[in-house]
Amino acid sequence: MLRFIVRRLLSSIPVLFGILVVTFVIARVIPGDPCQAALQERANPTACAQFNERYGFDDPILVQLGTYVGDVFTGDLGESVRLRRPVTDLLTERLPVTLQLSAAALLIAVVVGVPLGVLAGSRRNSKTDVATIVGANVGVSIPVFVLGLILQYVFARELNDTPLGLPASGQLTAGTIPEPFYEAWGLRENTVLEFLANIDLLNAVLIWRWDIFVDALQHLILPAVALATIPMAVIARMTRSSLLDVLGLDYVRTARAKGLRERVVIVRHALRNSLLPVVTVMGLSLGTLIGGAILTETIFNLTGVGKTLFDAITGRDYFVVQGFTLAVAVAFVLINLVTDIVYAYLDPEVRVG
Amino acid sequence: MTFEEIPLSEIQAAEAPATEREHRERGLWRDAFRDLRRKRSAAVGLAILAVLVLLAVFAPIIAPYGEREVLIESEGLRPRAEPCIHVNVDWIPNVPVLEQLENFLHANGFSCPSSEPQHLMGLDGNGRDVFSRILYGARISLLAGAVAVSFAVVVGTALGLAAGYVGGRFDNVVMRAMDVFLAFPALLLAIAIVTARGPGLFNAIIAVSIVTIPVYARVVRSRVLSVREQDFVAADRALGVSNARIVLHRVLPNSLTPLVVQATLGIATAVLELAALSFVGLGGDPDQAEWGRMLALERNQLFTSPHLVFYPGVMIMLNVLAFNLIGDGLRDALDPRLNR
Repeated sequence: MLRFIVRRLLSSIPVLFGILVVTFVIARVIPGDPCQAALQERANPTACAQFNERYGFDDPILVQLGTYVGDVFTGDLGESVRLRRPVTDLLTERLPVTLQLSAAALLIAVVVGVPLGVLAGSRRNSKTDVATIVGANVGVSIPVFVLGLILQYVFARELNDTPLGLPASGQLTAGTIPEPFYEAWGLRENTVLEFLANIDLLNAVLIWRWDIFVDALQHLILPAVALATIPMAVIARMTRSSLLDVLGLDYVRTARAKGLRERVVIVRHALRNSLLPVVTVMGLSLGTLIGGAILTETIFNLTGVGKTLFDAITGRDYFVVQGFTLAVAVAFVLINLVTDIVYAYLDPEVRVG
Repeated sequence: MTFEEIPLSEIQAAEAPATEREHRERGLWRDAFRDLRRKRSAAVGLAILAVLVLLAVFAPIIAPYGEREVLIESEGLRPRAEPCIHVNVDWIPNVPVLEQLENFLHANGFSCPSSEPQHLMGLDGNGRDVFSRILYGARISLLAGAVAVSFAVVVGTALGLAAGYVGGRFDNVVMRAMDVFLAFPALLLAIAIVTARGPGLFNAIIAVSIVTIPVYARVVRSRVLSVREQDFVAADRALGVSNARIVLHRVLPNSLTPLVVQATLGIATAVLELAALSFVGLGGDPDQAEWGRMLALERNQLFTSPHLVFYPGVMIMLNVLAFNLIGDGLRDALDPRLNR
């Protein structure tokens, strides 16, 4: 097992290095002058010379790459030329927003998707099964932004005055400024605590404010459901087909022959093995989630990683593009790594092969 | 046994499996298509696609107005007017239920009197007929998805074939590069590429195409690796068949099945990504009747004119759904493990 993990870790090093170079290249190939974009009407030759000097844009491109790689290893991701703030600050502020959104979406996807798949698979060709298949097909085909807008229309407009009404925005109700938990606890602030405090739900629990927790939850539901739909459909489909595969195996027949009840056969015997491929799908879904977050955050007016990246790319904010893309790509590689390890843990055949 | 000792008949026999395979292949595709029509979900997909293609081809005939025709002045309508559908049952004699239905529809704004001009899906913010634009949009959407995937399939196949057949360091470099590409969320990479090349439909297609190349390269490469070890390829080598011929006539045909499935599903993804690019304002110009763009332009009017968001959204969904259903059906039909 350890050998597998080490081998897998080593094989992701070249990929991580490639990612480093690609993020650098992506930031540079975006046309337009960063000075022009940052200073706008104040841009003139002297100001730009100073600007380029300050951010090192006048160095040869390879020197810039070298500085970038060196800086990354010392934890310095540069500074946003538009917001004049360190990229690491922006990350501690905005990564939690996307993290909370993606986690909620994945939770919904698994909690709804797996049982649906099991239900459909265990009653093959029943009405439930057909409904699930149809629903899953529609689910993977509906664009995140279309679903998001439809949800907004239904819950924030048509049902607005009913108890089912939900806010159209993903942000906390205007005026709600929760106290960061580390201040409430009298701790000195640091990056990690700040990061955790920016996860609204977690912070609300830690400062023991039920009203803020409910508010955060209400604002989270619509964006999370919009984002969850595609992975939910994929997971439901995967669970169903994988359960059907397992149900045809000999050991399941043995279990049935012993006279076990069908429920026990499915839950105790078949389900565990059929969840193996579902783990892989969950890992892969996270990539889709991050892509979908760009759209979801735009629709629900959230300042998370997706929205920031989009603004940075269109606004030629080199260091933000680099830093955030890097964070996303590294997260992606790590998630794949964890998925593979979990998979290997669950399925001994992978470890050997 | 040296080469000279092999009797001619055996050399011919060694060629035989390939021709036999070609026969079977033709049968395979015909069988697959038959299965596809029999399978209900795939049949639905084919039907949706057929309707979309018909709408796209005959758009100029079906559409009551032009793609960019502004109607406000000519007809005295306001922009973002709600759909006006003529429901007229006067020609059916004496069926009170229908009369009631007509009145009900009138009263609830689902239809409008025949004195007003008919706009099945209402008008957009510039006073253009949404139904006509939706029809012209089918042309753009179908074409864009197909072009993006075709380009990605050609490049990806070439890379996969080369990497798999040449092997060694070349294979390693190409596939690691593909890994790096796949480490970025596709949409993010596509946004970066479009921004680099400037917004527009063509660049959006290029971007969506580039980000999906690794998928096809991987599929083809894995097929190459397994086909390369087959006996009939070994026989070819022994007979001195050139590498190029082996790749094009033995390996490529054997990679087609997974490639076709992947490409069909790929069109679905490509359409989704193109729509997303348009939605964030990077694909298509505002005049173009591109569904994603139409929706994005009117997104802020969601609460007052939901029809402007609803119709393009549903069309995108139907387009994606059609290719997903066909792709799934093809996978089942072509899967040799599920024997017929």
